[in-house]
Amino acid sequence: MNDQSKAFTMEMDKSGSVASDTVMNPHKVTSRKVSVFYGLKQALFDIDLDIPDRAVMALIGPSGCGKSTFLRCLNRMNDTIPDCRVTGEIKVDGRDVHDPDLDVVELRGRVGMVFQKPNPFPKSIFENIAYGPRIHGLARSKSDLEEIVISSLEKAGLLSEVKDRIHEPGTGLSGGQQQRLCIARAIAVNPELILMDEPCSALDPIATAKVEELIDELKKNYCIVIVTHSMQQAARVSQRTAFFHLGILVEEGSTADIFTNPTDKRTQDYITGRFG
Amino acid sequence: MSDAIAQAPGARTRENYWRTNAAKRRVRRRYAADRRLQYYGLGSIGLAIVLLGILFSSLIFSGYVAFFTTKIGLTIYLDPNVIDKANPGAANYRKMARNAFFTYFPEVTSPMERRQLGKSLSSGAPYVVRNYVIAHPEEIGDLVDIKVPLSDPFDQLSKGVIPREIDALSGDRVALFNVLKRRGVLHVENDKAYVKADVYINPGDVPEGDVEAADYQRMVDEAFRTFYMRAHSRAYEEILSQDVASAVKARVLADPALVGKTIQVNLPLSKHYDNLARTGEAKVLNPRFSSEKDLQWFDSLKKRGLLTTHFTWELFFNADSRFPELAGLSGALTGSFLALLVCFLLSFPIGIATAVYLEEFAPKTRWTDFIEVNINNLAAVPSVVFGLLGLAVFLNVFGLPRSVPLVGGMVLALMTLPTIIVATRAALKAVPPSIREGGYGVGASKHQVMLHHVLPLALPGILTGTIIGLAQALGETAPLLLIGMNAFIPSIENMGLLQPAMALPTQIFSWADSPERGFVSRTSAAILILLSFLIIMNAIAVYLRQRVERKW
Repeated sequence: MNDQSKAFTMEMDKSGSVASDTVMNPHKVTSRKVSVFYGLKQALFDIDLDIPDRAVMALIGPSGCGKSTFLRCLNRMNDTIPDCRVTGEIKVDGRDVHDPDLDVVELRGRVGMVFQKPNPFPKSIFENIAYGPRIHGLARSKSDLEEIVISSLEKAGLLSEVKDRIHEPGTGLSGGQQQRLCIARAIAVNPELILMDEPCSALDPIATAKVEELIDELKKNYCIVIVTHSMQQAARVSQRTAFFHLGILVEEGSTADIFTNPTDKRTQDYITGRFG
Repeated sequence: MSDAIAQAPGARTRENYWRTNAAKRRVRRRYAADRRLQYYGLGSIGLAIVLLGILFSSLIFSGYVAFFTTKIGLTIYLDPNVIDKANPGAANYRKMARNAFFTYFPEVTSPMERRQLGKSLSSGAPYVVRNYVIAHPEEIGDLVDIKVPLSDPFDQLSKGVIPREIDALSGDRVALFNVLKRRGVLHVENDKAYVKADVYINPGDVPEGDVEAADYQRMVDEAFRTFYMRAHSRAYEEILSQDVASAVKARVLADPALVGKTIQVNLPLSKHYDNLARTGEAKVLNPRFSSEKDLQWFDSLKKRGLLTTHFTWELFFNADSRFPELAGLSGALTGSFLALLVCFLLSFPIGIATAVYLEEFAPKTRWTDFIEVNINNLAAVPSVVFGLLGLAVFLNVFGLPRSVPLVGGMVLALMTLPTIIVATRAALKAVPPSIREGGYGVGASKHQVMLHHVLPLALPGILTGTIIGLAQALGETAPLLLIGMNAFIPSIENMGLLQPAMALPTQIFSWADSPERGFVSRTSAAILILLSFLIIMNAIAVYLRQRVERKW
């Protein structure tokens, strides 16, 4: 094992130990007055939201409320949509993501993302995971790369299932396995923040349970933001929840508070199923 | 439920609505419409298959003979006194080949007859001998057996493509003749056919009673014309033999009292009509042969087993020739290959770069819209226009040489570019956005997403478009004609990007224009070869598509 991967492992150990002894961590992401426009249409209105480190923040709300849009602001994924404009300030680790000095590629390396539909590359499982570290130059040798792939698969709880077919196409896996492969792909570049955009909406309940277990495990080391339509899921996996409605952040608080004692009527209506 | 019971039977309730006769009729009509639509489709597919079958069978039927050549074996003494070892190409091989051929007919001695006999041998025969000697210089001084082709008419005769004799009279002449037949005025006497006609010995045509100087031809014409009162042409005049007038003249000279009377005369027919009247057909020697002797010589060669049939390797390995029995496609294939190479090297990278820019990078402005619309329209521009463009720009402005594959390839590239661009853009569009998102999500930059993920996935579509574009370019004739890529290239030795050349389609075009019978089947054979190249290219496209295609 060379120096780099040793450092990699040490960092993991350190952060893992930190995660276990504190519940409320310093904020990983802070956003102030974030507004998003699609052409002339405003999709988000002045969102102020702080996201704690080493915890799961769930974004809930009815369809079209802007929760995915907000999520995509955090790694500037909205840049790829023509006509999309973001204003306001978003800081990840204290650095403004719109800082002209900040390289968007580096940002996306630090902020991994998992999408609604599992989207492994049409390549082998190994290549799927090795791709990120390779383009970011995280591995200096072939054995380094293998190390990263194996540890990523392990962290994603996929290693035992795919051990024997690591060079077979990633697209040959089941939906749930593909989604966990995408998570492994995201954590292979050692991000600080993982964004999940309805990661379980295309999965069956058993695969969903596995991904949720994985999220629970990952939150010890990562800051996770998850967009979900399932309030049960939000309640199960998240520590904090933010409720969006019509582009406005209605309420944000600890998950327990939001689900048992919401302060806003709209939140209450939504979680009790009156609309949405 | 109680409402339904309360209503009268047959009322428009939900229960019986679908069972009315009108409803049943509607269902029947709907089924019939479905079936009709299916039959329309089947019909058009059937029609297409039938037409394709006709095209292919006619091509194969007329083209297959070109794949075989009739040759004659000559035993030639390669006289070292005649052939200079240092320069074997310079000897008089024409004389050598002809003398070897004449040994089969020792009885033919007169120069006239020998000239005629020599025409049975292909004019290219000396070159065959010369090439043999150049290839085998060590055999100079030996007696060698060389197979040389017969000249085109004899080759075609041997293959049964042309008949020995053809009908002497065309269909409309026969129709004119049948008028006489229907009138019952024909009769045969002593193996000679006559028309029975009433000739009025017109005193007006007998100047001053001089029966000797009378215009009997005119009188016969008058009489004969009565059979053809409604004919618009005077083609019937050749039915009668030249000396009809003398038959009448003899009668009148014998009896001058006949002047002013009408006499019945048997008018003799001219040669072909005479044959037609007596035997029901009129044949003449096929004008491709100079006399019956040609055929006798041919039959004699055939009887002696000197003629053999060979597969026409010349078709693939010879360049063009004025003699169909020696003409081949190697020059055209080389020219097409060079032009397609240039076309591919230009259009593939430029096409992909353009498509990638327009699809992935270009901002949506009026300018890019304008460019887009124009590229799509360019795909529909007639190819001859590109040829004109090439002529005007590449030849006249840039001063590039005429007839060369480089310019041909450039013109074809202009034509292929829109096809490749449109196909590439469609292929890029078909790559699901989730793949791009996945790439961006792990921090790949734009060019990394393009090169690592999008392009490989779009590659099958791009390749398909490219190969189809190239196949189109391979078959393109008009633009090549305009830049003069239909040069006559009898040897492929000096072919190059900047040397005059022809291409497959222009070769077909020029062969189709040639009068020799052999070029008819050569043309069909060349079309078959062109088509098989197209089929091969399309098969490669299909194979590549299935090979490179990945599921996601």
